[in-house]
Amino acid sequence: MLIDEQGQAGGQVWRAKDRSILSAPATPESRSGDNLRERLAASGVRQMTDTRVWQIERQGEHWVIHTLRNGAAGRLHSRAVILATGAREEAQPVRGWTTPGVIGLAGATALFKQSIRLPGRASVVAGAGPLVFFVASEIRRLGGTVAAVVTPNTRADWLARLPSMVARPDLLWRGGRWVADLMLAGVPIYWGHAVKSVSGDDQVTGVTLCRLAADGTPLPGDIGIAADSVCLGGGLAPSTEAAQLAGVAIRYRPELGGWVSEAELDGSTAREGLFLAGDGCGIRGAVAAELHGQIVARTALRHIGQASASDPALERAYRRASRFGEAMTVLSALRADPIGLATPDTIVCRCESLTRRTIEVEIESGAVSSNAVKSGQRAGMGPCGGKYCQSSVARLIALHENRALSEIAPPTPRPPIRPVPVSALAGDFDYDDLPMPKPAPL
Amino acid sequence: MSENHDIAVIGGGIMGCAAALRLASGGMAPIVLDRGDLGQGASGVNAGTLSLQIKRVRLMPYALKGHEEWARMGDAVGFRRTGGYTLAFTEREAELLTERQTLKAEAGAPIEFVTNNQILTAEPNLTRRVLAASYCREDGYANSSLTGQYYRGRLREASVPYRERCAVTSITRDTQGFVLHTGGPAIKARRILLAAGAWLKPVAAMLGVDLPVDARINTVSVTERMPPLLTTVIGHATGLLTMKQKGNGTILIGGGWQGRGTPQEGRGEVTADSLIPNLSLAQFALPELGQARVLRSWTGFEANVPDFYPLAGELPGVPDAFVLGCVRGGYTIGPYIGRLMGEFILGHSPEMPVFDPGRDFEKDAT
Repeated sequence: MLIDEQGQAGGQVWRAKDRSILSAPATPESRSGDNLRERLAASGVRQMTDTRVWQIERQGEHWVIHTLRNGAAGRLHSRAVILATGAREEAQPVRGWTTPGVIGLAGATALFKQSIRLPGRASVVAGAGPLVFFVASEIRRLGGTVAAVVTPNTRADWLARLPSMVARPDLLWRGGRWVADLMLAGVPIYWGHAVKSVSGDDQVTGVTLCRLAADGTPLPGDIGIAADSVCLGGGLAPSTEAAQLAGVAIRYRPELGGWVSEAELDGSTAREGLFLAGDGCGIRGAVAAELHGQIVARTALRHIGQASASDPALERAYRRASRFGEAMTVLSALRADPIGLATPDTIVCRCESLTRRTIEVEIESGAVSSNAVKSGQRAGMGPCGGKYCQSSVARLIALHENRALSEIAPPTPRPPIRPVPVSALAGDFDYDDLPMPKPAPL
Repeated sequence: MSENHDIAVIGGGIMGCAAALRLASGGMAPIVLDRGDLGQGASGVNAGTLSLQIKRVRLMPYALKGHEEWARMGDAVGFRRTGGYTLAFTEREAELLTERQTLKAEAGAPIEFVTNNQILTAEPNLTRRVLAASYCREDGYANSSLTGQYYRGRLREASVPYRERCAVTSITRDTQGFVLHTGGPAIKARRILLAAGAWLKPVAAMLGVDLPVDARINTVSVTERMPPLLTTVIGHATGLLTMKQKGNGTILIGGGWQGRGTPQEGRGEVTADSLIPNLSLAQFALPELGQARVLRSWTGFEANVPDFYPLAGELPGVPDAFVLGCVRGGYTIGPYIGRLMGEFILGHSPEMPVFDPGRDFEKDAT
């Protein structure tokens, strides 16, 4: 059984087109995605789409997966579970980043792939690694204007990654073409720069850029650029919450995107019958993820007693793709500082509108763990569950305490993994059927 | 290098911190140690209900004093005296309500029985299926997630040192008193107070004492912000529901439904088998709750001994060692019984009796 939150399988990278845009030209992503979806349909794998998993529990010899679909809760029992929860995009809090017209880089790709919508008429595209160039070239391909590409990476950063990138010349070639297209079109590319602030009240009117020092601190000399939209990426981080709720520990691996679920190469974890595949156990990119899925499926098959030999050629291909993907993740970590560009009055937790200063005051008062800041100020208690603010909060604690980021664990994840309406859980019930335990002692 | 203190308090929850503050004001030099952060155990993850209607009859005098303490702490802990209703939906529950709340009223809680009309005027969004209800004007809530922040501030003000993420791994004796071994430098103290909540059993075992401490795994849930639906604290005749809407619009749902896990294994886990009836009961009481999305559910360990009365006194057989915990309604009563414990250790005669940890737990103590 394949369970997916989207209406069609494909995830972020191989996201299916919405019905209204089926006639749009194919892209490498849509072709790969359609190919996978066709194979999936032919395979006889049962699919539950538009389904959210809100809790995973171990019961005896089974895993119980609690789902939510069409407003109704359900549960599945399974001997083996593969979690392929992918990545989430980190926020980069700068003054004005919550202004309407600012979206994430990953969010922008979802707009293109699903509905060919553009973020605006003239966009500044900012972030690290290859994603920023992909988003910028897609905007141009779809007829939009890229006012500027802004990336903390320098050309030297990219050159230094070449040896790892030649492991996948096809991907290297494709990335090179995005950059070449942008340069030919005269789109300004600001290497070694970052968006320092976004202006506009109800709608973005422009951004201010600055150059970054080698350690990521902003250098003087601001550059203003007019734009009505900004795609602002803060790098990708593994989605670990579901695995954590199922009892898998996390470890800090900045070269793999931050806090990463602990799993072996073959996907096995410390929990019996629970396997992890893809970016959730380290950001290595879509190509590596597909190969990893095949490796982990073999492990899961062996777990349920079906013969499935490991495939050395597959593992070699995975290692090659990983080398490429890991080099890209390292690029994203260069000169990256989640709060390096946040002023004291910049909002860090957008669910609760908490500024950097508010969080710093809480830390100074002795709240020196992510959980303590969450308890004291509600940073991470809103609908996003801390996904937007946890890296910034951890960084502020690390700075104040002079401790390494690896010592500042993110806040404890809690179920539901996604918000669930009470009515969906309660369903229709007869009051007399509620399993009421014995009342408390008098 | 080791440090010397008059008393080491193991456990930085409400009771440990309140006792340390009283000890400091009485002239002792305490230190507070916690394996995690201050106030992040049961003290910081319970539903924050301050209701005399769910307190044990014999503990009512302590609960009344507890309410006074919370009122004094006020805004710093998000204290609100809203009044609270306890609801019965069936004949059996109505009997239970009458019997139990009468005894609690006789024990000193200002509890009265109310008509359906009174309830529907006060809380028009509640279900029309209320059969009987009681009301207590003293009831309300505080924000338990502010416990750590609050006591950290109070300890700092009182210059009481505390160590967070400082688990005690073993305890030995020397001529001066106790030596507490931690990951860092050892800590020396002439006396010791065990206030480690659900972890009391392993901590007492370090001193060779077997305390029959067990832990309940209570589930609490919170919804997203909702338009105003409730103004008071809502309970259920069986005690299996507590519900309140906070100032920010979120609705907090508790009632002691049991999750899974043990304190020794780490954090408890929410299980759908108890979460779903807990939320169903809440939705039955407040039908519009069905529209709300649950954002988080979590568990906290509530320690108890077999007679469900507190441990508050000398640790049996170990001179200069004290124990405080296992208080049913510990959030409400904690700040007060912590203070009492401080007075007891200082050698003053406490305002109300403490609870001998050396008693026979199998005997009905009522």
